[in-house]
Amino acid sequence: MSHPILSPQAGGDRPGRRFGPGEAETPALEVRGLGKTFPIGGLFSRHSVRALHGVDLSIGRGEIVALVGESGSGKSTLARCVARLEKPSEGAILVDGVDILKRDRFQASREFRSQLQMVFQDPFGSLNPAHRIDHFLRRSLAIHGRGGAGTEQRLEELMATVGLQADMLDSYPHELSGGQRQRVAIARALAVEPQVILADEPTSMLDVSVRIGVLNLMRRLRYEQGISMLYITHDLASARYLADRTAVMFAGELVEEGESLDLLANPAHPYTQLLVSAVPDPARAGSYDPVRRAALRQAVMASTGCSFDGDPDQRCSADQPVRHQVGDPANRHWVRCHLYRPRAGAGGHALAAETAPQGAARKASA
Amino acid sequence: MTVSQVSFGSHEPVLEVRNLTVKYIGDTRSTTAVDRVSFSIGTGEVFGLAGESGCGKSTIANSIMRLLKDPAKIAGGSITFGGKDVLAMGPEELRRFRWQDVAMVFQSAMNSLNPVLTIGEQIVDIFTTHAGLSREESLRRAGELLELVRIDRARLKSYPHQLSGGMRQRAVIAMAVALKPSLLILDEPTTALDVVVQQEIMAQIKDLQHELGFSVLFITHDMSLMVELSHRMAVMYGGRIVETAKARDVHADPRHPYTQALMGAFPPLTGPRVPLAGLPDGVKFRNIPDLAEAAPGHFVAPFGADDLTIAHALDAEAAALEGASR
Repeated sequence: MSHPILSPQAGGDRPGRRFGPGEAETPALEVRGLGKTFPIGGLFSRHSVRALHGVDLSIGRGEIVALVGESGSGKSTLARCVARLEKPSEGAILVDGVDILKRDRFQASREFRSQLQMVFQDPFGSLNPAHRIDHFLRRSLAIHGRGGAGTEQRLEELMATVGLQADMLDSYPHELSGGQRQRVAIARALAVEPQVILADEPTSMLDVSVRIGVLNLMRRLRYEQGISMLYITHDLASARYLADRTAVMFAGELVEEGESLDLLANPAHPYTQLLVSAVPDPARAGSYDPVRRAALRQAVMASTGCSFDGDPDQRCSADQPVRHQVGDPANRHWVRCHLYRPRAGAGGHALAAETAPQGAARKASA
Repeated sequence: MTVSQVSFGSHEPVLEVRNLTVKYIGDTRSTTAVDRVSFSIGTGEVFGLAGESGCGKSTIANSIMRLLKDPAKIAGGSITFGGKDVLAMGPEELRRFRWQDVAMVFQSAMNSLNPVLTIGEQIVDIFTTHAGLSREESLRRAGELLELVRIDRARLKSYPHQLSGGMRQRAVIAMAVALKPSLLILDEPTTALDVVVQQEIMAQIKDLQHELGFSVLFITHDMSLMVELSHRMAVMYGGRIVETAKARDVHADPRHPYTQALMGAFPPLTGPRVPLAGLPDGVKFRNIPDLAEAAPGHFVAPFGADDLTIAHALDAEAAALEGASR
């Protein structure tokens, strides 16, 4: 494909390992046309909810991509599908260019788990309270064949990497603060030396004053070890802070994607604009304009025009999710044609609440 | 106390809290959740109380409403509302004070609705119980109230589960302002909601506040939101207020290292990407002294050399990151 978005990023401040010319072409993680439909109702019900539809996303090596959207937009479903905790209904997931859905047909293999690790939202729930920190890391190493001699040294290295004292290895999870536990969860993921870390709202349960420390840690890991990350969040400000690129999800489909700074400075899709304008920012207090927001809502739910309509280079379509390029191609910023209406099954609760009080958000597709 | 004289709306404080100390008394040891806290809220003023979980901000809200249960005990200080001593109120007086004078929206307010009663029944209940109105009159008022927060009157017949989270929260806010209280306490009113809904609700509270002129005690850990909404604010740490000033001043010039760390936790949405530093895990401030005036109207708890090393450690971490990103 010759689409500018899919071509590897030129220059920039991307760190990480150095790659041969051929190697850089293969993204660390690529998702193609991913879809997920959940059946609803009883055993014999033929109704279903479309939680994801046609999601294309790629993450380069050493790149951090943020996935943002409101709750119910399908962010976590995407993460669960990629982590193989949920079986996608359609599409392909490529790690290192290999379709893992074909390779490991029934469940995630150990090989896959050592390529991709997850960090969950709740550090209180993801660490077994009956074991010491030492156990989590040691087990992770042993399962993935990295045990044996040198384990002790590796444990200390891991603790140092995530900014914890080595003597904490003897602590139980309840003795640690939330931020420290999340660091342990990250160390556990790092133990298997993954290429990709999937972080689903890793800071939303933490105290505010330590959140930025965890984000800084993730950023440092990317610089030092070249680990790619998919950072799932509802917090646009932290996405901007951490991620190279940001993808916006609405009703199970991506609507806009681009370099984080460019995307948040020049949001092109009405949904992105709505999200951006909703973030509290003391620098522009009092910017709330109900009329403009009502117009944006209207545009999200049922757009009547597209700003690219009439552009000979960029064809508009109401049936196909056409991607329009926004601004400088170097920013790899695209927006889905406004005219396209998703056959939404999920998401948009917040928007639907005001325009159509009942039913609209839950419209099921058979 | 000079702190309480710097209020925004008027010099007549609606609520005055002085040297409030709340202890949780255990069998073997007791914890001081709120330690000699003083602040006041003027008429029509929005006062913000910021801090993270466990700093005592919700305990203050519950003390004002006299909702504290064992083992929490108000160990000292006073709470005065419109000249009346809240801590000395009898049960009947307290009953009138709650909801009529001071109303509160709780953190998980949308779950505080009764699931087996319709929204209408629950609002009517307020009018018949507290204002002694007839059912018809109450129902009419309830409809008006829902329209005030832009919910269709027909929704009176809906059960809570039929409304979205945002609508439920708005319904709860409508109920809180039903009796036109002079003070509304908002305890993390939007933490469980998405940003889009959060902004609408905050805008609505602002509108209502303009319209009805009540004062607000706004409790949250989201500094950006607080600065946007509040006139004056205080930052709490470990049961103590470490800094209080006009919200703009705190935002523009945070002086206490803890306030700086809290501010740093919210990356900006504009401008270049600059490395920020939070509070390192396990850092604690101890024995926070009383506030001192650092600039006109800007009160900061003096911090010692130990605290400054923390601030320097923060800077070092940020600098290291800056180096790495080059």
